Amino acid sequence: MSARLLRGWGTVVLIGLGSAAAVAAQDAEAGRALYDRWCAECHGADGAGDGSAAASMLPRPRDFTQARYQIRTTGSGQLPTDQDLMRVLAEGLPGTTMPGWPNLSQQQYRDLIAHLKSYSRFFGQGPAPEPMDFGSDPGGGEAALEAGRAAYITLECERCHGQAGRGDGTSAPTLEDWRGHPVRAADLTEAWLLNGGSGVEAIHTRVLTGLDGTPMPAAIDAMNSGVVSPEEVWQLAHYVASLGPRQAPRVRDVVRVGRVEPGALPSDGSDEAWAEAEASYFPLAGQVIEAPRNFAPTVDGVWVQGLHDGTDLALRVRWNDPSRSPDPGWDEWQQKILATLDLDGATPPEGRPADALALQFPFRPPESTERPYFLMGSSRDPVYLWTWDSEDGVGEARARGLGSLEPLSGEVTGEATWAEGRWTLVIRRPVAAEEDRLAFVEGTPLPVAFFAWDGSSGETGTRGAVSSWYYVLLERPASSAVVVTPLIAVLLTAAFGLVLVRRAQGRERAGTQE
Amino acid sequence: MRTDFWKHSTAVLAAVVIAACGGGGDAGGEAGDETAGEEAAAARVDPATVGTISGVINFAGTPPAATAIDMSDESTCAEAYPDGPMTQEVVARDGRLANVFVRLTEGVSGAPAPSGSVNLDQENCRYHPHVLGVQANQDLVISNSDDLLHNINASPTQNRGFNISQPRAGIESTQRFSVPEVMIPVRCDVHGWMQAYIGVVEHPYFATSAEDGTFTIENVPAGDYTLEAWHEEYGTMTANVTVTAQGTAEVAFDYSADMAGADVPLAEPLVIRHGEHGIEVERGTLNAGAGR
Repeated sequence: MSARLLRGWGTVVLIGLGSAAAVAAQDAEAGRALYDRWCAECHGADGAGDGSAAASMLPRPRDFTQARYQIRTTGSGQLPTDQDLMRVLAEGLPGTTMPGWPNLSQQQYRDLIAHLKSYSRFFGQGPAPEPMDFGSDPGGGEAALEAGRAAYITLECERCHGQAGRGDGTSAPTLEDWRGHPVRAADLTEAWLLNGGSGVEAIHTRVLTGLDGTPMPAAIDAMNSGVVSPEEVWQLAHYVASLGPRQAPRVRDVVRVGRVEPGALPSDGSDEAWAEAEASYFPLAGQVIEAPRNFAPTVDGVWVQGLHDGTDLALRVRWNDPSRSPDPGWDEWQQKILATLDLDGATPPEGRPADALALQFPFRPPESTERPYFLMGSSRDPVYLWTWDSEDGVGEARARGLGSLEPLSGEVTGEATWAEGRWTLVIRRPVAAEEDRLAFVEGTPLPVAFFAWDGSSGETGTRGAVSSWYYVLLERPASSAVVVTPLIAVLLTAAFGLVLVRRAQGRERAGTQE
Repeated sequence: MRTDFWKHSTAVLAAVVIAACGGGGDAGGEAGDETAGEEAAAARVDPATVGTISGVINFAGTPPAATAIDMSDESTCAEAYPDGPMTQEVVARDGRLANVFVRLTEGVSGAPAPSGSVNLDQENCRYHPHVLGVQANQDLVISNSDDLLHNINASPTQNRGFNISQPRAGIESTQRFSVPEVMIPVRCDVHGWMQAYIGVVEHPYFATSAEDGTFTIENVPAGDYTLEAWHEEYGTMTANVTVTAQGTAEVAFDYSADMAGADVPLAEPLVIRHGEHGIEVERGTLNAGAGR
């Protein structure tokens, strides 16, 4: 899709470039000004990927001095083409801190690319890099997905990406980039966060070129040796693209909690009743407001469903986390994370922290649009939490600001299971509550927010992932009243109308007689 | 080291133009190819004028105990090690040290073009050999004897790196490094314990010490040379050596256990800095410690 567009862009660049070195010199100088203004804070004044913000980031910003670029259309070990660099500048690298810069002019892209290249002598050597021949996509479909799954197993992608593609393979905890920084195996079920793009073509390109500087190898020699055919590599790309939505899920503001028959609430996370419940996705981001902050959180979103039976409310929360903390298999990962990331003044946690999740509510329904501060409230306006962690299970708590958790005795029950890189937590509580707790009232939207921590990445306390406020809404019973009331209303209206008409007609008749 | 701004920037920027005008014909090929060809013509040696360097790497003290590798996820590999797979950063026995890379660093003028290829094999989840040398622009054939996934992730700084997967036995990948670089770390990301080091040398006068600590470099033109030894845990040492025609020069390097933690150099990247006075080229500092 965008390949044609990019080729078009490339042409524009080439026409504009001319051949005189003097023109390029101006480009690089102008590019430097842009770089110093917009890029240096992360990528460093000398392009070595060591800007002042770099230490809080994972993955780290690109080091341009080695010209080792992940997103290329060229073979492993080769330089990227200008179009490759252009695409990253324009679109950014999803799933990382690199934003897209879609509003630069063609001249500005040209200038920046000239400047970026000037950081590495590799660009001065040999012929210009050429894109590989990727062949053409034979198409998807049911059979292609099956063949693609087979290729996934043949190429042993699950070693790092895991059986379900959530980045939880057996080798995942030991992965590091070329500078020794820990690096995640991509979660293929969240394709919208793949740094090279989520389309079939983009995935196919990544499989054959690899992501240089990371553990992701190029499968070109495996294909050329006949381990997989060119067609199977395309099918693999279709399969990977089918593992999750290509675009980030649309964020709905409300968890709609459907009502089921009394006593029919699902008891665990695998109950089939959940298949019927509407799932809402809520993105999470690192807690970057109060120190110690976290700019590189593991959990990037939660899927939430709810059901109630008039007496109890059950919420099922699912989120991807490649490590089932605490897990000694991730000790090395945890150590590397703590050694690599700027912890913003946090004391590195001792031992193996648990994974944790919290659902946040106000203590009582807000009377206006005013809600407690989203980061666990304040001393004046505390929040009410349902907490879970992988060691102590569920509980209730009060917080008066981040890091001030005060356990409360309560009535929540629940349990969580972890499978193939994903937690599934079911947590429930009676709808009604004592005076001091939030009671859930049908038809009244109530604020809810989410917090998540990945223990194996050393996330504890304020260094977690957070969401903003959303709503949870318990639907009114789908009882006969819902159907009958409007019906009665319609009939009454009709009857009333009839009476009016009759009266009018009667008066008219009377008038005529007068 | 500061270089003339215009000289440098013109070269860099000319290259930018060439690269940007992609597809516009061959820009002259890899410089290394031509150099090797010229040197081959200049350095065709008469067997009567060459000698041999025969050396030994001594090791004093107690070598650190190897630690067990957890290969439980890879049972077919683990079975190949009756006593359990152990780390191999230091292989020392009977006062001798293996896996020391030795090469001539000074005194070499002209070198024969590379001939043949060098093999790096993956067998039982280990690289064979663990330390090897290859001439610049010589074919390095990487093969997989294990019927399971390995990836070969080379991270040079003077050369281009690569990362290739070999999911089955029998796959071969051929790679070349165009400029000298000692040493290039190679790693398998599937099996974190798999580590190899490749020394790329402009000439063929290099060797790796065997299990018994010995090494031999043959067909060295008579002359005075500096020889450098490199070990992943104990760092580098140099020695002077004089080679006579048809003679054998003996040389010994004395490593010891208390050299552990020495600064083990890998080639440092050249960093181009955009300084106040134009472009400066410096040796960068890279904290990629050898022998993790």
